[in-house]
Amino acid sequence: MSLMTEVGQKAFNLGVPIAVHMDVTYRCNERCVHCYLDHDDHGEMTTDEIKGVLDQLAEAGVFFLTFSGGEVFMRRDFFELVEHARRLMFNVKIKTNAVMIHEAEARRIRELGIDTIQISVYSHRPEVHDAITKLPHSFERTVQSIRFLREQGLRVTIANVLMTANYSDHAGVQQLAAELDAQYTLDPTITPMMDGDTAILALRIPGEELRQVFSNPALVENQEEFCAPPKAPSEADLEGYPCSAGHSFCYVSPYGDVFPCVQFPLPTGNLRQQKFLDIWNFSPQMQEVRSIQAKHLTVCSSCSHVGSCSRCPGLAYMEGSMRGPSTADCEKSFYRTGVPTANMLRLGLSKPHSTTGDTAHLVQIRPVAVPA
Amino acid sequence: MPENSTYIARSSAIAARALAGEMMVMNSADSTFFTLNEVATAIFQAADGRTPLEEIVRERICEQFDVDPDEAQADAERFVAELSGHRILLVSNQPLNSEPAR
Repeated sequence: MSLMTEVGQKAFNLGVPIAVHMDVTYRCNERCVHCYLDHDDHGEMTTDEIKGVLDQLAEAGVFFLTFSGGEVFMRRDFFELVEHARRLMFNVKIKTNAVMIHEAEARRIRELGIDTIQISVYSHRPEVHDAITKLPHSFERTVQSIRFLREQGLRVTIANVLMTANYSDHAGVQQLAAELDAQYTLDPTITPMMDGDTAILALRIPGEELRQVFSNPALVENQEEFCAPPKAPSEADLEGYPCSAGHSFCYVSPYGDVFPCVQFPLPTGNLRQQKFLDIWNFSPQMQEVRSIQAKHLTVCSSCSHVGSCSRCPGLAYMEGSMRGPSTADCEKSFYRTGVPTANMLRLGLSKPHSTTGDTAHLVQIRPVAVPA
Repeated sequence: MPENSTYIARSSAIAARALAGEMMVMNSADSTFFTLNEVATAIFQAADGRTPLEEIVRERICEQFDVDPDEAQADAERFVAELSGHRILLVSNQPLNSEPAR
């Protein structure tokens, strides 16, 4: 076990929120076709409010802090926020489309000691990337910014979200990352819109393509192990917890709402009305999330994949129950191993049932009323 | 200012946080990550750039932990040398600036 994993496990066992993802804005200069956010400003926290939240997060033991959005550089005070965070000695990562990063910004990022800058690149073909972001010349600007950041010696990760429009381009993006001396990471997950609209799920790459992604040795390390049929679940698997959401990780929205994860829109409290640690320690929603072990899952507890599935409780919640299955992850488990999931067998399916076009009502990530 | 003193300060380039009494320290520049035990954490937290290492060992370490002063001083010097090698601690024979550690 690596030291980092050990520390993560220790934080999990102690219930310390060691990592937080904070969106500082939902505003953005791009309009990506797969984006789940409402880009209007419904009352973002002010500079002082965010600084106050950062103080509280440091006191609570948060070490890894990811600033994201929206586009973080849409906030004119972004560097002031990062400066405050670094003064509090957080390990800071930034997720950005990078189009607003020029030489001066790259230099400032280095001076502030940022750990990693994660940048979305959808294709090595400018016309495909720009068609996804709907911002002309965004590919050119993003790639130029990556060069500025690399010139400063900064660690850059290219995040390649795969969808119908670009799923054949991963090799090109991977090569581009190598040319730019950047890390490459791939994500085939498309999530529903914040307002509950699931129309964008039609952009998810088809199952057979997913199988090809999982069986591509250039994209997946330890492939034999990764694609192996699931082992019979052990008692430890059933006693286990789904993920770190609500245990050692949480999400803070630009409006001060706290959620178990960025992909888990269950409101647990608002930082304009409550202290972070009060929400973290005493929110009934957070406590409920924390109480769920694999053995409590309605369908997945009887699934052969339960010990190895990437089941996301947030996606399950968006499908109707945080204890239920997440179809997107059933799909991944099936196409990864070829073994049907308990959810598929229950529904009498030989292939996963797509959620595309469903109209389930979801909770919006907006300010929530919390009793004072 | 005592003669031949060693002053130690935490670098502003690092990330650090205490987890259950033990300090996690990371330097992104060379991707190093350390966890410090209780004694090392006490030295790290006292590394304000103004207090000589000898005084930190005498006042904080020997007072707080039941250790032999000579052994504690030698251990502290080894620890400081290792962390300064990773630019986590700055070392000087003059007082320095340091960020407060939480």
